[in-house]
Amino acid sequence: MTTSEEHEPEFDALVRPYVITNGRGFSDSDRFDLVTLVTAAPDQQRKAHLGPEKRELVELCEGGYLSVAEIAGHMKLPIGIIKVLLTDLAEDGYILTRAPIPPAQLADIQVLQEVLDGLQARFG
Amino acid sequence: MDSKHVSGEKTLLHDKVQIAAKILVVGHFAVGKTTFIGTLSEIPPLRTEETMTQAAAHIDDLKGTTGKTTTTVAMDFGRLTLNERLVLYLFGTPGQQRFVQVWEDMTRGALGALVLVDPQRLKESFAVMDLVEKYGVPYAIAVNHFDGTLARSEEELREALDLLPETPVVTCDARDEKSSANALVALVRYLQSRTR
Repeated sequence: MTTSEEHEPEFDALVRPYVITNGRGFSDSDRFDLVTLVTAAPDQQRKAHLGPEKRELVELCEGGYLSVAEIAGHMKLPIGIIKVLLTDLAEDGYILTRAPIPPAQLADIQVLQEVLDGLQARFG
Repeated sequence: MDSKHVSGEKTLLHDKVQIAAKILVVGHFAVGKTTFIGTLSEIPPLRTEETMTQAAAHIDDLKGTTGKTTTTVAMDFGRLTLNERLVLYLFGTPGQQRFVQVWEDMTRGALGALVLVDPQRLKESFAVMDLVEKYGVPYAIAVNHFDGTLARSEEELREALDLLPETPVVTCDARDEKSSANALVALVRYLQSRTR
């Protein structure tokens, strides 16, 4: 793990990214935000049929939630590729997501208060 | 194959988590964004990249290239579970104008931004300030003072950065947990004041 500040990313890819996505372009789908929370669906009987990246992704999220950004970070793949993989996996029922909160609710007083309370409880 | 993530220390969020909030930590190159995030994050900070395609200004067509170039932008981020149902992500965002595509993605749904500035290099913050303002992200200024001395008064700094009177300015040491948390608290209090 590198801890140095803001140098070029290193991805030890063995194949060019579009190989992983079966030649499909990067997805800009609105379904997945950087902080959309993802978990593996409970029934994973068919997981063995998935390609290596998709299987790795599903296994990464078994038993809890991770954000799209965290999945990309752990898998060392660009966000755009992760979104393509997630779109497929969601369509086939391998993963579930927590619906992102609509932007209108984000500035909600309740959320801000919880953020404030949480920070103060943790670092206060 | 499986062993390659063992060192990555993935920590899953609990089933009860409902809300993922996002705050941006922005600033010019090497101002301390990654340090700040690492100081507060409960997981080892992760790095991810966005790939973007941009039309090249002029075509280098010796080999028949299409006139598009692909650029990758690295973002470092961290995570803070604040209560059973709420998790906060801190995203370090580079301030260069050419990364506008990333900014659209980053700013969507963000609660606000903490702009880290180095008082010795104020000019370098102008580009990032333009971006937060362009995308309408409410922000507070955190002056990261590396050696404990402030070269400028708050008045000078406000004037140099052309801040609104209500924009909070705090000092912080990005290496210090308490100090960094206080800067975030100042931002959140400001965001609260805007909703009233």
